[in-house]
Amino acid sequence: MVHVASIVPISLTVGANRIVPAVAIPYPLGNPELPKDEERGLRLNLVKKALRALQMGVEKQTVFEE
Amino acid sequence: MADKKYRVVHYLNQFYAGIGGEAKANIPPLIKEGAVGPGIPLQQALGEEGEIVATVVCGDSYFAENIEAAAESVVESVAPYKPDVFVAGPAFTAGRYGIACGASCAAVSKKLGIPVVTAMYEENPALELYRKEVYIIPTAGSVRGMKEAIPKIASFVWKLGLGQEIGLPQEEGYFPRGIRVNQFVDRTGAERAVDMLLSKLRGEPFQTEYPMPTFERVPPSPAIRDLRSTTIALVTSGGIVPLGNPDRIEAASASKFAEYNIAGVDDLTPDAYQTCHGGYDPVYANDDPDRVLPLDAMRALEKDGIIGKLYDLYYVTVGNATSVANAQKFGKAIAEKLKAADVGGVILTST
Repeated sequence: MVHVASIVPISLTVGANRIVPAVAIPYPLGNPELPKDEERGLRLNLVKKALRALQMGVEKQTVFEE
Repeated sequence: MADKKYRVVHYLNQFYAGIGGEAKANIPPLIKEGAVGPGIPLQQALGEEGEIVATVVCGDSYFAENIEAAAESVVESVAPYKPDVFVAGPAFTAGRYGIACGASCAAVSKKLGIPVVTAMYEENPALELYRKEVYIIPTAGSVRGMKEAIPKIASFVWKLGLGQEIGLPQEEGYFPRGIRVNQFVDRTGAERAVDMLLSKLRGEPFQTEYPMPTFERVPPSPAIRDLRSTTIALVTSGGIVPLGNPDRIEAASASKFAEYNIAGVDDLTPDAYQTCHGGYDPVYANDDPDRVLPLDAMRALEKDGIIGKLYDLYYVTVGNATSVANAQKFGKAIAEKLKAADVGGVILTST
């Protein structure tokens, strides 16, 4: 499992092992200020990043920053 | 007693300061003169000796999304008032507010060198983040506990304001900070340990001298080897449900989770889906629910063959003051269902 989370410290506290930081609390996988296609691109990239995290072996809690 | 009043600055979120609800959760820190909201009964409880000279207010989302910068800005707002004590909250179960209270207290204590205190419920995730640095007083789980919380906070502020020594957690009523204090006792560790063991064997009560932390940790799942042949499921604590919230998942303190079929759905649109989460501004999620549950992106990756399949069901609950016990129960039940369905990976999204 990978946790795409707006507040990383909470994700760490509750024990997620793979964490991908999200955009913002009311829109973790979006940004209403962007044009629709750019926003869709941003979401696609975040989901790809989450999938990459699932393909990586981790020993302990890991935050996938970049 | 003291002929000079001690000065207190109080921290509140936008809601308790009366500025607004989720729509105002993005406001950066601002300062108000004197006591506001829960600061008013707190001032009454402090009486003549202490004075709340100012109240710092910040939106919960703004703080939680910019923790370090927001805490820094709180310190800057507080400093000119030259307070003797800084107090934040109480935050009850509110996670973002709890973090704001904890981070503000920690930053003020570190930068301004004055005593600080906040208050929250034992399941607030901020407790584990800040209990080592900050005195945190236990409160009830909801605002209904305000009446009992205020006198406890006031008496703590009073002690800090008068520079009195703070004793052990069980004497003073704050959450243990995990600090060990040396003390002399008559009997050796070996004798005390054997006594404890004997009590335990007899089924009698005993108290450990070194409680272990009770975090539940799960070992990380192994890496997915071949994504192209793996079914991935979406799960969210962000409250995305079919329009009308058919299973009536509660907006806060959820007692259930739900599963919904998304086979054949390529995009979450406002005419069919919405959020039922009561803990963030719903405008953006209602406008485009993919912002919380990224179905459109997953569908695109499925079509491109990047993932084997997007699982036909998604799971949803509301992570808003939801009890840890319930959350664990939901997590276990969802995991069992996904395992039984041969799902090989999960993306869990949280607001």
